Amino acid sequence: MARDLVRRLVELVLVLLIVSVGTFALVGLMPGDPAVVVLGEGHTAAEYAAQREAMGLADALPVRYGHWLGDALTGDLGTSFVPPNSDVADRVAAALPVSVELAVLAMAMALLLAVPLAMWSAYRSGGLVDRIVSAGTFGILSVPSFLAGMLLIALFAERLGWFPRLEWSRISEGLGGNLYHAFLPALTIALMETATFTRVLRGDLITTLQEDFILSAKAKGMAPVHVLFRDALRPSSFSLITLMGISLGRLIGSTVIVEYLFALPGMGTLIIGAADAGDVPMVQGAVLVIALIYVLVNALIDLSYGRLDPRIRRAHV
Amino acid sequence: MDDSPLLTVEDLSTEIHTSRGPFKAVDGVSFTVRPGEMFGIVGESGSGKSVLGRTVMGLYTSGPTMTVTGKVVLDGTDVHALTAAGRRRLWRSDVGMVFQDPATALNPVKKIGRHLTEGMRGLSRTAARTRAEELLRLVGIPEPRRRLGQYPHELSGGMRQRVVIAIALAGEPSLLIADEPTTALDVTVQKQILDLLGRLQAELGTAIVLISHNLAVVAGRADRVAVMYAGRLAELAPAAALFAGPRHPYTEALLASVPRLADPPHSPLQAIDGAPPDMAAPPPGCRFAPRCRYASDACETSPALVADHGHAYACHHPVSSIGGA
Repeated sequence: MARDLVRRLVELVLVLLIVSVGTFALVGLMPGDPAVVVLGEGHTAAEYAAQREAMGLADALPVRYGHWLGDALTGDLGTSFVPPNSDVADRVAAALPVSVELAVLAMAMALLLAVPLAMWSAYRSGGLVDRIVSAGTFGILSVPSFLAGMLLIALFAERLGWFPRLEWSRISEGLGGNLYHAFLPALTIALMETATFTRVLRGDLITTLQEDFILSAKAKGMAPVHVLFRDALRPSSFSLITLMGISLGRLIGSTVIVEYLFALPGMGTLIIGAADAGDVPMVQGAVLVIALIYVLVNALIDLSYGRLDPRIRRAHV
Repeated sequence: MDDSPLLTVEDLSTEIHTSRGPFKAVDGVSFTVRPGEMFGIVGESGSGKSVLGRTVMGLYTSGPTMTVTGKVVLDGTDVHALTAAGRRRLWRSDVGMVFQDPATALNPVKKIGRHLTEGMRGLSRTAARTRAEELLRLVGIPEPRRRLGQYPHELSGGMRQRVVIAIALAGEPSLLIADEPTTALDVTVQKQILDLLGRLQAELGTAIVLISHNLAVVAGRADRVAVMYAGRLAELAPAAALFAGPRHPYTEALLASVPRLADPPHSPLQAIDGAPPDMAAPPPGCRFAPRCRYASDACETSPALVADHGHAYACHHPVSSIGGA
């Protein structure tokens, strides 16, 4: 078990190194010369050379990578190229909670909706509820999230006035107000996730429900709810858990459209703004942090398989 | 001597709806099981014996996928007239089921203890654990306390089947339906499990319906044996009478197809010609007629199951009890 953990940690470090190389390579991949971005138009060749020297751009690539990685490891992600040249780490630290909260909240909503829907659909597969859910999830999947978001805003914010829009309230300003503001954007994201979660879980549940141990649980006189939650759910949740890990990581960086719709100061907004301005350190810092979270979340998911199925615990790879 | 039956099955049919149309997996089956009796049901794969067992238990009921007609009365209760909750109450106490493959009949992510205790009602946690331990001891599992904390994959196949039997016994049922309880096990373990069932029948007075495709499993253990073919009962008789003098040509052919140690070497195995009928389009009349060497025009009408001194068979041309056809 200990050896296992060590091996996993080594793997994790390797993956993170690869991620950091990829992130560092962004400098070369992004259009425009960073020195020019900082200097603006109308500079002399000498000024340009001095600026390159100051930014460390004159060094060989491996040396620059070493410096960058060393700084990143100490929590220093550099300063923004764009005035007011704020600290990248500070900006990321401000934007990250918004995105993480949105993603986690959306995930929780999606699970809360998807698990009962999938169970009902699988338990009475081919029935009325199953067909409605199936059509509904297909419908949601085929609608782009900005449309869903606009519909939700039109209905709940504009017409009914139940929820605010274009406002954000931080957790530090009170949990109630924060959740109230986060509800609609989280729901917008959750709809799409609910649809995929429901479809995946329904399929796995239908397979599990045909197992002998389900029949033997019934033959023991267990109620359907018990059979579904205590016997069928856990063995059916592997694809769902895997999907959740991928979704959670993805959502943190890619809720741009929803953030834009609701005017939220999250990671998506930060990255798009920085990329637009050619602000390389900002993009690098944000991408690195998202990648780190993604890798860590999925490592945790990997470890959870053993908790879900005792057979994996023993026969460990 | 003939006490009132524990289980009465009357003209029971299970029609399964498939995309190819409906077919009767069980077709007008009637029999009774006496309290404490070991009742064997034999038939080849697809003869409907498992569906019969599950319908008798009420696990299969009329619904979108199947239609059940006829009557199953267990201990005075009409199983198919019960509500879903009533059936669950029945399963918790009056009837238990032992499944074919213990590797799949136990939930891989649940500990043995939980399997045993979750069905128990009105017992405290510790009382339920104690009862679970008792049950494991009853079915001959060593170190029962340690087993409670183990997962199914940590036990051998025979041990798992003992656990499945212990689960079935948890509600102190008067009837146990064992559906091919030894088919998935090693031969040596098979005997242990059958001996265990015999012991439980004798010690607890539990009636057992033993379903098997294997004549040898049923022989010597069952009090009475029903032979099933293509969803119907072909013959039903006390075990000794059935094995000594089968009346139905199918039973005769089945018995003849069993290889014997006394046979001279290289004597060909007696197989039954042809294949079991396609159940979606069964032959009219006697289902066995197309494969039967005694078949005549009379066999185009279905023979009724008639009893002759407690030996019932459904055939227009029964094999004489002694001295050939």
